[in-house]
Amino acid sequence: MLKLMTIIDSCADTITQNTEILTSLDQAIGDGDHGINLKRGFDAIKEQKSELIELPLGKALQSAGMKLVMSVGGASGPLYGSLLMAMGKSMPDNPNTAEISKAFEAGVEAVKARGKSDVGQKTMLDVLIPLSEYFSANVNNVDICANMIDQAQLLLESTREMQAKKGRASFLGERSIGHLDPGAYSSALLVKAICELEKK
Amino acid sequence: MNVSVVIVSHSPKVAEGASDMIRQMVGDEVAVAYCGGNSAGGLGTDVAQIVSCIEEVWSEAGTIVLVDLGGAEMSAEMAIEMLSDEMQEKVLLCNAPIVEGAVMAATEASIGGTLDEVNNAALEVI
Repeated sequence: MLKLMTIIDSCADTITQNTEILTSLDQAIGDGDHGINLKRGFDAIKEQKSELIELPLGKALQSAGMKLVMSVGGASGPLYGSLLMAMGKSMPDNPNTAEISKAFEAGVEAVKARGKSDVGQKTMLDVLIPLSEYFSANVNNVDICANMIDQAQLLLESTREMQAKKGRASFLGERSIGHLDPGAYSSALLVKAICELEKK
Repeated sequence: MNVSVVIVSHSPKVAEGASDMIRQMVGDEVAVAYCGGNSAGGLGTDVAQIVSCIEEVWSEAGTIVLVDLGGAEMSAEMAIEMLSDEMQEKVLLCNAPIVEGAVMAATEASIGGTLDEVNNAALEVI
């Protein structure tokens, strides 16, 4: 089982390294603040790291989620915040793979409820929902982490040809087609960062 | 006691401007609080600020919260969920256009409308 500290660092690092890409994707079809907003959120979590690692895993996730809600300042705060808070509520202290998958499923449900959205609307859910289904169907697969990385990339790519139905990008109608969704991009980045750690 | 109004915009200037319009058109019988901008001072929303705005003007008669774009709606939902159960029951999130909705809501509130009446008045501008 990975140490929470490593996961926090890895997630924060991938967001920091990709802030500009997320910003430019969001400038194309959103309001251009996704990169900088998420970076502010993960920086806030990183600052709180020493307190977080003292907590039971579930509580730590909930607390990190709350940190995102309070610091991000855009839609991604309540969305990623709800994901972590709901995951935390159903995460036991020393989870096995199936329990992590269950918690992830609960987190994704919370994002659906918060965003009043589902698959096919060109959002982070186009990565998260199919990935959570894939995860729960493959908890006994020894290559699950490597496979999830590939899946996340494919799912991200699938948002390029979608027309946005939610968020600011939906104002663009057909002009949103041809761009990757920034929320799907950040979701794929975070999933890949965590799975890379677990793979090692 | 009248229904109170909270205005949440991505922009502090829009929030303040909408509040000014209420003051001028409706007067002082309705308590109004407003906030806008993220915690770093840029455009966006700040859940903590929304919570304190609601707490500042919360009323037994009810409090209506008007928001501008998607992120503001989700941030306001989170802020409402952070209130105590008793407070939450009397807070309503309204999806009317922020400026027109706020003025209509405040007008209805100033003549003693219930929370539902205030919400409907705001939604009528759509």
